[in-house]
Amino acid sequence: MTFLSISHLEKSFGANRVVKDFNLPIEKGEFVSLLGPSGCGKTTVLRIVAGFESPSSGSVTIDGQDVTGLRPNDRNIGMVFQAYALFPNLTVAQNVAFGLKVKGVAKAEAEARVAEMLRLIGLPDLGGRYPYQLSGGQQQRVALARALAVRPRVLLLDEPLSALDAKIRVSLRSEIREIQRELGITTVFVTHDQEEALSMSDRVVVMNGGIAEQVGTPFEVYNRPTTRFVATFVGTLNLFEAEADGQGLRIAGVPVRLPEAVEAARGGRLSVALRPESLHLGGGEVTLPATVEAVEFLGSILRLRLRVAGVLVALDTFNRADAPPPALGRAVEVGFSARDLVVLNG
Amino acid sequence: MNRVWSWLALGVGLLYFFLPLLGTLEFSLRKRKGEYSLDAYTAVFADPAFRATLGYSVGMALLTIVFGVLLVVPTAYWVRLKLPRLRPWVEFITLLPLVIPAIVIVFGYIRLYNTSSFLPLTGSASGTNLLLMFGYATLALPYMYRAVDTGLRTIDIGTLTEAAQSLGAGWVTILGRIILPNVLVAVLSGAFLTFAIVIGEFTLAALLNRPAFGPYMQLLGANKAYEPAALAVIAFAITWACMGLIQLVTRFSNHTRVNA
Ligand SMILES: Nc1ncnc2c1ncn2[C@@H]1O[C@H](COP(=O)(O)OP(=O)(O)OP(=O)(O)O)[C@@H](O)[C@H]1O
Ligand SMILES: [Mg+2]
Repeated sequence: MTFLSISHLEKSFGANRVVKDFNLPIEKGEFVSLLGPSGCGKTTVLRIVAGFESPSSGSVTIDGQDVTGLRPNDRNIGMVFQAYALFPNLTVAQNVAFGLKVKGVAKAEAEARVAEMLRLIGLPDLGGRYPYQLSGGQQQRVALARALAVRPRVLLLDEPLSALDAKIRVSLRSEIREIQRELGITTVFVTHDQEEALSMSDRVVVMNGGIAEQVGTPFEVYNRPTTRFVATFVGTLNLFEAEADGQGLRIAGVPVRLPEAVEAARGGRLSVALRPESLHLGGGEVTLPATVEAVEFLGSILRLRLRVAGVLVALDTFNRADAPPPALGRAVEVGFSARDLVVLNG
Repeated sequence: MNRVWSWLALGVGLLYFFLPLLGTLEFSLRKRKGEYSLDAYTAVFADPAFRATLGYSVGMALLTIVFGVLLVVPTAYWVRLKLPRLRPWVEFITLLPLVIPAIVIVFGYIRLYNTSSFLPLTGSASGTNLLLMFGYATLALPYMYRAVDTGLRTIDIGTLTEAAQSLGAGWVTILGRIILPNVLVAVLSGAFLTFAIVIGEFTLAALLNRPAFGPYMQLLGANKAYEPAALAVIAFAITWACMGLIQLVTRFSNHTRVNA
């Protein structure tokens, strides 16, 4: 059952078409991320759902109710902003209670709800503080509590973590996801950080130029990108030029037999892609000669930069204390399985 | 060497401001022959007209402030939020009272609202009071608008408005519970300036024939010797008290400062 439905959404600012025929059905309780580069229209879609912008055409439906023409204050949608947007003149508790007061919730009930929310975000004792007395991470958690206190039908978050330090950003990811699961609230999360989108979401919408290029689970989007844009935008990717002949491909002259799962190409030149973790040192189903150009130490992972068939590619391997990385400039072999090849047609 | 010149400039400036004031103060204390006394002040405070006119002007000042706040805060907010392109124009309009003399405004009022006009405000005392208050609000507009607009610049009104809207708040709630409290310091400094302007204003009150403090000062000045000096000192004290209050309020409301 679709709970939040965005259909045939179009938005233009003057002659600038910012959102183009955007469709997205979202299940109740689902966590969906809009992922895309700056200016691709993520915020615009979110603001249309919230009611801050009206679409040029198309509609937004929540729980069967068409809300396209509704004012933002009548939609019962919670929103968290990148800039926190806490009311500076109100304490934390008053901020969280704001929406309840507006709705006329009885005082005792409102107080109980505020306490519950502050417990939920792990700041039960900070109700009396003012926003300027909180760290960025705390402010954003209060903003989340404030949005959730009114029990909104849908929660919208616009890059809520991008103003925070790297460490807090990562820990807040799982905290937000946990709270979202606990409340079972339908959530749309906007980000330009692919790691954020992939790690938090039930489904990811990869956007480019106002279009939803691919919608799928993080697993699908990462492993089976359907367009060149998605393949290059999500994750690191090694691109090879290949030639197709009737049965299979040739990469740098080495024949590759494509399995059924990988769509066979018709013929001529095309691009194929491989994730860094699909490559390994030593021979494999397909083996190519390479030279080591650089080694990056990323903790649990070693990323080798290799030159293969004239192109620089990345290879990820687990860091093992008993297997030091190969020396720079050494000639090695890299292997991969044809199953992991992604043929790019977009 | 530079130091010396700065101090000299400061000293000359201070003398320029304080000498006349000191002279006035000294003169106001000389009502009794041969010794300093507060006789002039006693006489002023004992005058029922002093209390009546001051009371009237304070009342008018408060009304003007309330009216000004209700007019300016929503206007400045709306212009910043929805009509940012009109801001230079609105700013220009709010500055007009600085270049248009009060006498022009009051003659315009009298022509427009006289007893034979479509809206005979000057026909009754309360109507004239209303007119006077509008006049005062106009005179104070440049200061009030600037103060409020500057205050609005320090907060992110767009996002705060949207946050409040998503929580179900309408315009009145947003203005009353979010915008106004956050620009309160600015509003108060505008209010104190308005107060100082209204207390000392002469032209509007005299030509509309209202019993205000300004005309009273003028009347006293024309008829007495020492009391006007005492009155001038009192007026100064009131103004400075206002300035002091602005400082105080600014210092004590640091929670409105956002560290965004
Ligand atoms: N109010 C507006 N008036 C005119 N153009 C706008 C307006 N809001 C957004 N745009 C344009 O619409 C496009 C999409 O903007 P949007 O804010 O949705 O991008 P975004 O994907 O959220 O980007 P970012 O990651 O930088 O936040 C941009 O080209 C932007 O310039
Ligand atoms: Mg954005």
